[in-house]
Amino acid sequence: MGWGDPKVTGVLPIALNEATKVIQVLLTSGKEYVCVMRLHSEVPEERIKKVLEEFQGLIYQRPPVRASVKRRLRVRKIYYIDLLEVDGRNVLFKVGCEAGTYIRKLTHDIGEVLGCGAHMQELRRTRAGPFTEDEDSITLHELYYYYSKWTETGDESLIRKFILPMERALTLIPKIYIRDSAVDAICHGAHLTAPGVTSLETKIKPKTLVAIMTQKGEAVALAKATATTEQIIKMKHGIIAKTERVLMPRGTYPKKWKTKKRAGVS
Amino acid sequence: MQRIKAPWEIKRELVIKAEEETDPKYGYKPEERPINELIKFGIINLDKPPGPSSHEVTSWIKKILKVGHAGHGGTLEPSNGLGRSQSDWRPTDSPK
Repeated sequence: MGWGDPKVTGVLPIALNEATKVIQVLLTSGKEYVCVMRLHSEVPEERIKKVLEEFQGLIYQRPPVRASVKRRLRVRKIYYIDLLEVDGRNVLFKVGCEAGTYIRKLTHDIGEVLGCGAHMQELRRTRAGPFTEDEDSITLHELYYYYSKWTETGDESLIRKFILPMERALTLIPKIYIRDSAVDAICHGAHLTAPGVTSLETKIKPKTLVAIMTQKGEAVALAKATATTEQIIKMKHGIIAKTERVLMPRGTYPKKWKTKKRAGVS
Repeated sequence: MQRIKAPWEIKRELVIKAEEETDPKYGYKPEERPINELIKFGIINLDKPPGPSSHEVTSWIKKILKVGHAGHGGTLEPSNGLGRSQSDWRPTDSPK
């Protein structure tokens, strides 16, 4: 496995055409892996369990030599590590972690703490943000089959089940729903103001990444909130979220804002 | 050490600020989009096979679905700072 780990399998969300704009959300979202760690000598199960628990929470990690980021000590969040099975020197565990955590490095560090050394034997990603190994997960071969079914027979029911709307990528980030009349202004890059909001989700704080949605549930844009949920509810005017990335094409909804009449134009 | 909640364990509720109807003339509910629109704004939850890199898999999807653009949400081989040679042992064409 000279180059990276092409043998790694599992959840890999792929965005098509316009949906590539939501990829930034997935890149920064948490991941979950199932990993086989190979110890370099046998260690009692209780000890492995104890050491794995120590790695939960905030950890320091220096990216590996061959990494695509600067090799500076970084802090990463490990949400959980669950020991699943120990078979001799092989340890199977599940880890939920922040984006940018190197699992190969994590297993190495676990080996150092155990004192015997360890390396990563096998890895499978079981979650990337909101996407998991559930019924809408698809293999390359199935995709090819369903697509040709559709083009040959015109029956779109199979392919429809597996091409998910881009809104699925936004499941985990808080949402603000807006009036139809505010949609096109946001599409043109305007910031969201309080009167345009119809409903919103709890736990929004200033600077959190939010998704601006229509009442039909379509994604309009990604934005940074400038107030908390409680404040937004009380606000009558003023900007509540600064638009960062527009997702919906202009003109999907009608333009409803007033423009000043310029001199000389009747 | 105290356990940090994973993003997928956080529960949020919806609060209403104002009531308003939406006009069915514009836009589509995501699940009711026509198939061509769906592909334009679509995302696939792919189960990546062992062997090819995330990048190669993405370019195959582009060929299979005949879409102009595609991108993956986080590579599965993050330690890969270097490219890999095309004259490898694996086929680089889409599976047929």
